[in-house]
Order: sequence, then C-alpha cells, then structure tokens
Amino acid sequence: MEYGFTTAAYVVASILFILSLGGLSGQESAKRAIWYGIVGMALAVLATLFGPGAGNWVLSVIMIAIGGSIGWVIAKRVQMTEMPQLVAAMHSLVGLAAVFVGFNAQLDLGRVLSAKAAGAVEGFRGFAEVLTHKTPAELNMLQIEVFLGVFIGAVTFTGSIVAFGKLAGKIDGKPKKLPGGHMLNATAAALSLILGLLYIGDMGPSVFWLILIAALAGFIGWHLIMGIGGADMPVVVSMLNSYSGWAAAAIGFTLSNDLLIVTGALVGSSGAILSYIMCKAMNRNFVSVILGGFGGETGPAMEIEGEQIAIDAEGVASALNEADEVIIVPGYGMAVAQAQQAVSELTRKLRAAGKNVRFAIHPVAGRLPGHMNVLLAEAKVPYDIVMEMDEINEDFPSTDVVIVIGSNDIVNPAAQDDPNSPIAGMPVLEVWKAKNVFVSKRGQGTGYSGIENPLFYKENTRMFYGDAKDSVNALLPMID
Amino acid sequence: MKIGALKESQSGENRVAITPASAGYLGKLGYEVHVESGAGAAAGFSDDDYRGAGVTVDGSASDLIGVVDVVAKVRPPEDGEIDQMREGQTLISHFYPAQNAELLERARERGITAIAMDMVPRISRAQKMDALSSMANIAGYRAVIEAANNFGRFFTGQVTAAGKVPPAKVLIVGAGVAGLAAIGTATSLGAQVYAFDVRPEVAEQIESMGAEFVYLDFSEAQTDGAATGGYAAPSSPEFREAQLKKFRELAPDMDIVITTALIPGRAAPVLWTKDMIEAMKPGSVIVDLAAEKGGNSELTIPDEKHVTENGVTIIGYTDFPSRMAAQSSELYGNNIRHFMTDLTPGKDGQLVQNMEDDVIRGATVVHDHDVTWPPPPPKIAAIAAQKPKEKPKELTPEERKAQEAAAFKAETRQQYMLLGGGAILLLLIGLVAPASFMSHFIVFVLACFVGFKVIWNVAHSLHTPLMAITNAISSIIILGALMQIGSGSWLVVVLAAAAVLMAGVNIFGGFMVTRRMLAMFQKS
Repeated sequence: MEYGFTTAAYVVASILFILSLGGLSGQESAKRAIWYGIVGMALAVLATLFGPGAGNWVLSVIMIAIGGSIGWVIAKRVQMTEMPQLVAAMHSLVGLAAVFVGFNAQLDLGRVLSAKAAGAVEGFRGFAEVLTHKTPAELNMLQIEVFLGVFIGAVTFTGSIVAFGKLAGKIDGKPKKLPGGHMLNATAAALSLILGLLYIGDMGPSVFWLILIAALAGFIGWHLIMGIGGADMPVVVSMLNSYSGWAAAAIGFTLSNDLLIVTGALVGSSGAILSYIMCKAMNRNFVSVILGGFGGETGPAMEIEGEQIAIDAEGVASALNEADEVIIVPGYGMAVAQAQQAVSELTRKLRAAGKNVRFAIHPVAGRLPGHMNVLLAEAKVPYDIVMEMDEINEDFPSTDVVIVIGSNDIVNPAAQDDPNSPIAGMPVLEVWKAKNVFVSKRGQGTGYSGIENPLFYKENTRMFYGDAKDSVNALLPMID
Repeated sequence: MKIGALKESQSGENRVAITPASAGYLGKLGYEVHVESGAGAAAGFSDDDYRGAGVTVDGSASDLIGVVDVVAKVRPPEDGEIDQMREGQTLISHFYPAQNAELLERARERGITAIAMDMVPRISRAQKMDALSSMANIAGYRAVIEAANNFGRFFTGQVTAAGKVPPAKVLIVGAGVAGLAAIGTATSLGAQVYAFDVRPEVAEQIESMGAEFVYLDFSEAQTDGAATGGYAAPSSPEFREAQLKKFRELAPDMDIVITTALIPGRAAPVLWTKDMIEAMKPGSVIVDLAAEKGGNSELTIPDEKHVTENGVTIIGYTDFPSRMAAQSSELYGNNIRHFMTDLTPGKDGQLVQNMEDDVIRGATVVHDHDVTWPPPPPKIAAIAAQKPKEKPKELTPEERKAQEAAAFKAETRQQYMLLGGGAILLLLIGLVAPASFMSHFIVFVLACFVGFKVIWNVAHSLHTPLMAITNAISSIIILGALMQIGSGSWLVVVLAAAAVLMAGVNIFGGFMVTRRMLAMFQKS
C-alpha cells in the first residue's frame, strides 16, 4: 500500500520534471515550468520520507532545513555575473552527494552480507532491508552501479570545484597540465578500472578499493579541467552538468529507484545536448575541447594589414546619434566589467530616440550557455530584442552601428577568411559587414584564446579603449 | 607655415580649394590660412565669412603667392601662376600629369613641389583625400538632376486620378563612384534603374544601390578591377561587340542614359553609338559624364547641351561639380585638409614631404627639381583580388529529387544502424544482467529519449536557467540519501546526512535562482 503510494508519487514527479524542462522552450511558459519542478521535487521528497526505506526523518528534516536555508541565502545574494561559478559549485555538491550515497550503499551491503553469513537477516531497516532480498547476480550488478556512481560523482566533484575556481578567478584560467598530460589521466582511468574489477569481483577490502577509486576519479576530474582554458568553460560547465545527471542515474540503479534514474537521465541528456550545442558553435570536436587546448595550427596565420584606430566617446556618440539600426554584441568582457546596467540604459535611450536597437548573442558568449541573456534580462533589457546568431547574422549589412562590448573570438572574421586560423570554420557574428563597428575593449591585447583579430584592423572598425562600464557610461550623456 | 587658396582663374569654375570650415581645421593643424579676395564668392563664401573663420584675405593672386608656403587650387595651375611661384613652395591642385607634360616641366624648372589631387592612390587609407571620388560623387548626382531637368516626365511611376504614369527607365553605363551616385539618386527619385559595368565584381554594389545589373551573355573570362587599382581596363573587341549588342537591345526602352565609362589614361570608349541614339524615343535624355575625354556617346559635344534630329537631348557638360560649387568646395576643401593632415604629422604647422609614404609619394608629381610622376606602384595592393566565387549549381528538379532521396536513404540507413546496434547492445546486456536491472534499464533508456526530445526545444536564451533547474532536479539524489539515513550504521547515517544537507542546498538554491532569473526576462 505504502509502496504503491510512493511509486505513484514518483510517476507524477517524473512527469512534472519533464514538463518543467519542456516548459523552458519559451520565456513565458518557463515561469510556469519552474513551479512544476518545485512541486515535483517536493512531492518526491515527501513521498520518500513517508515511503518505505526511509527512517530517522527528524534528522532528515533538520538536514533539509539547514541545507535549504543555506541554498536560499546563496540564491538570494548571488550576482547574475556570478552565475557560472554558482552553477559549477552546485554541480560539485551533486557529485559529492553521489559519492557519499555510493559509499553508503557499499557500507550497507557489507553489513548485510556479513549478517547474512551469520544467518541473521532480520532487524535491518531502510535501504539495507531492500538489500537483504537481492540475489547474488543482482548484487554484482549493484556493485557495478556503485562503482559507476562513485567514479562519475568524484570526477564531477573535483572537476566542478576546479571549474568553480577558474570561473571565480580563484584559480588561473590558463590551461595547465602536469607533466605527462593525458597519459596521467589515461593511467588513472585504467587503474580505477582495474580497482573496479577487483571491487566487483569481491577481492580484497571492498571499501578500501572504493576509496581508492574515488581518489583516482577525483584526480582525473581535477587534472582534466585544469587543462582546459577559460574560453572553453561553457562546454566544461555543461559537460559537468551532464555528469552530475549520469551520476544520479547510476545511483538510481543502485537503489532501484526509477525516479532517480529518470531524473538523472533527463539531466544527463540535457547537459550532453548543451555541450553539443556549445561545441558546434565553436566548430570544435567535443573530444578536442575536453582534451584541452586548440588543435595544432595548420600553417601561418594570415598577415593582417592596417592599424587599430582608436576613437573617443564623442565619436561613438555622434555615430550612434546618426544611426537608425544599432546592434550590440556583448561578450564575457561585459560581464567582467559589470557593464550590463549601463548597456541597458544606453539601449533605453537609443530606443527612446526611435532607433532600432538589438542584441546579437553568440551561443558561446560568456562562460555559461545563455549567460549573456541572463545578464541582459537582469538589466531589464527586453528579451524580444535579444537575438540569436542565426536570427540576426543576415542583418549586419543593413546595420549602421555595431558596438562590440568585451567579445573577441565570436566576431573574428579570420574564422571565415583564414583557413589556417585556429578558429577556422567556427560560426561567427559577421559584424564587419556593418557600416561602422565600435569595439569596446580594455587594451590592445588578443583576448582569451590569444588569436589575433583582423576585425580590429578593418577600415570600418574603431577601437573604443577603456573599461566597458566606464566607456558606456561616458556615452550616456551624449546620446540625445 | 602659411597656406593659401587662389581664386580660380578658369572661366566657369566656381569652386574654391579652402572653405571657411576647412580653414578652421587647417588652423588646428598649425597653419596660418590665407585666401585671395573673392576666391569663394562663386561658391557662396564671402570674404567676410573667411575673415570670421580667422582667415587672412589677400588682395591679389600675386600678394597671396608672395606670402604663403603652400598654394591650394582646384584646377591645374595656369602658366602665369606657376611663374609667380618660388623655389620650395608647394602647390596642391588637380594636375592631370598624363596630359600636362609641359606644365610638369615648368614646375620642375621652378623648383616647386606639386601635389596632384587627382593622383591620390586608391587605397583605403587615402579615401578621405580622394578628390576624384568626391567630385565624381557630385557629378553622378548632378547628372541625374540635369537629366531630370531636361526630361519632360516624372521619374517615379504614379497612379493618379488623371491617369497612370509609368516610371522612367534609366540606364547607367559604368558603375564607378559617379555611376553609383547616379544610381542612388535616380532610384530615390523613383526611376527604374539598370546599370552596366565591365567589371563583374561591381554587380553586388549595383544591386545594393537598388539598380538591376545588366548581365552580358559572354563566356570570356573578365579581368576584375583589382589588377588595375579599381579602375576599368580596356576590353576585347568580342566583348565590346557583345556589349554594344546588349545596348542596342536596351536603347528603345530607355528614357535616360547616363554614361560614366572612363579608362585611365585613354580617350573615353564610344559605347552609345549613333544608331542607338536614333533608336531612342523623342524626349529621352543622354548625360555624358565622359564628355571631357571625348564622350561615351557618339554625338556628344563637350561643354554643350543639344537636341538631335529625333528629339534626344544630349548633355555634354564637363563642369558638373562646379555647378554645385558650395557642396563640391566643401568636399574638396575636406580632401585638401585631410591631405594636409598627412603632410603635417606633428600638427605643428610644419609640412613634411615624406616620400616613403604611399599616399604622399603617389600624389607628388614634382619635387625638388625632379619629375616624380609616374609613381612606383603602392606597397599595399589597393583592393584585395576577388576570390573566385563558387556559385552553387542550380539543380534540375530530377537531380534535386535524386539528392533528397539519397539523403533520405542515408538517414534511414543511419537510423537502422543505430537502432540495430542499440538493440544488439541491449540484448547482450540482457543476457548477463538480472531481470530487475533490465526493468530499470528500460526506464533509463526511455528517460534519455524523452530528455533528448525535450531539451532540443529549449530556447537558447534560457540555457542558463536550464542549467540551474537541472542542477536543482539533479539533487533528486537526495532520495538515495533519505533512504539510507535510517540505516543502523552510524557511518552511513553521517554520510547520508551530509548528502541530504548538500542536496538540500542544491534544491533550494537551484530553484530559487532559476525563479529569480526567469522573473527577469521581460518583454518590451
């Protein structure tokens, strides 16, 4: 009876989760979809608390209350520019939780097995009780699942911590590898596979093997993400998102819990698709992103002719005042400079002057998929003037002024013109086709990927040096 | 140093080389600016206007040449003017060195430096001083205005209560700067504009201005303009024949023909022959912008407007820019002051004749008792050679059908392979795995499937909220911890409690932050 109730609740919860993800197809339906997610989660937790296998629910409620209030406070306080860090940090928690749950499964299993050997199978509660009814084959399968859950969980945990550090600027964003590079990773992976076989084969101390496996997987996660540069972080974060889902699914198998499996699979495929979209937007192979660094250059880069010509705020303002069609291309630099409010104000003024202002968002702009959209939304830029690359790329030739704020590679014409460029073939925003391009940039450097950008040398490009926020603020009083 | 503009001595020339506005900029460069009294009168700038801009007005040409270091003019200098100049003085004006060998020699003897505004190389950096372009732009505009003035009809088509008016048909031959300006003007007056040029790469520019490019059915490979610095090159006799044939076809339909075809250093090619003119309707107008070089039309009389026997007006004026003297002086003045900016790198009023600079070298025709024309080719190619464009081949319906069928087949095969491979893999797992596992596995596979279908529909702009919400729901792992927390072992309880705590952070944090984000998305 109780069991039936829990399962029914799980069915409802899975449907709610699916609806919740599906609702994100539009901005308005998304506001409803979030409630589906919340209700689904509440239902799932309640059903589990009152369902079979749960016990000690006083402790559970206390823990949820503590964790919930921490989460609540963090979510209230976090700046929108810090979203990438927050997401990465949350992934690490899921990863660690998966590791813990995996260990618990093994610990319970050990207790059940020793009890069975002693002939006493009564007196177990919760998950342990379920274990007592398993056949040896099922127990083997269970160990495989525990191995997978712990392994993926540990990779997610350390990987996300490194990603968090890089995104928060606590760890240097440049790719770093220990001597040995990917050989180290491969060795660690092979070693943990061997340990896994030992563990599944019940040879030697199971718990100890599992700890070693977790440690090795943790090393892989750490080393793998350390070797990936800051510009590739959108892929990394969505990949970790995917891993956290697969970890949950593996644990779901361990615990024979369909809701965990369904949810884990949903999250896992969501992250996988996001990674795929990001890779496609950079015209790069998923494997090459994960292995870190750009592929080998095929020849010398094209010579760039001309010079970077600087312009002052007055010049930009007068061009804006004369323009009818304006497109703004924001990038990570806008997030770093916290310039989104100033940009929004500029947009408001330009629109009030009757100009058509739109935003062009490249899929990998920023450090998180969709990062720019969230920042602009926070600054109250209406979402219907924020366009995707494919929607707006054809409109550049009829645009009077393009303002590039803190983005570099995503507007690099070398991706189309220079077959030897490291980013050759990457879809880019064709800003250079507009009549005037103003690039707001801190200095003459080459940006994150270190690739020279011919856009800055084009005849119709002017460089607007300075901090993005200060630059845009300087423009504001001059727009009428 | 001092710079001064002479009053143009050629009759009918209304332009002036320095305007009150450009004088201000020259002043900022550190120059003391002079003009000859009455220099700007014909262009609408009085001596008082100049004085108001801080310019010294000198009584006569000789006074002015006596004081200044740089003499600016529009037309090439007269012999008398050169003879008054002294060694080391600089002259900036049009010069046409190819036609004026004698003048070059005289300037060389005098020891002056002559900078020819018509020789500014056509590179991007020099566009702002390219007087030929700025003047051609005006000529193109004015050509349409003159044509409209002599054309007894509307340019734009109208449907009025009194009857229907068809739009005028305008053909522009030669889509250089003047041609493009004429296209723009004629289209904005509402005419139906056709344009032709021997350089195939300008088709795009023509179409961007709103005219229809007249294609020739001609197979011979055509040189694009890149090899000749953006100018047209002479074409082969066969090509010329094909071109004339096309024009003959068009002639009876056209109301206005504006010809702008020039080849550098040669007489203008005759493109609009007598029989074409005869084929045109009475009342039609031909404006020949190449009249100075002999004209593109066979019956053009330079500097004159006349009507042929069959009632076609042919305009052969050569002074279009001068007919808009205020505007053209303004632009020419800007060309000059941009050139002076390049000549004055220190902005200190000191002229530096840097013969290493492509632009200065190219425009300087006489320097230091030496004729420096023609210049060596510029170091930077003016225009990048056009990459051969691959045109996607037009497919016949059958080919397209075949292609679609092949693509469909390949897709089907791929799907079959995937399904087959997946099925075999599943069966293999099923052979070893226990039944209870398989029932969960079905759920897993179905969930992945649903996940892929659902996530593809998520809007790009909502990817960050998607990550936050998947984060929140991936804390469903809390269920596992909740099931274990009731276990007997203290270690298990501690670990499970920690897991519940972490998942709790995620659930609340994830949903809260997603809500915050979604609430921010607002429609305008």
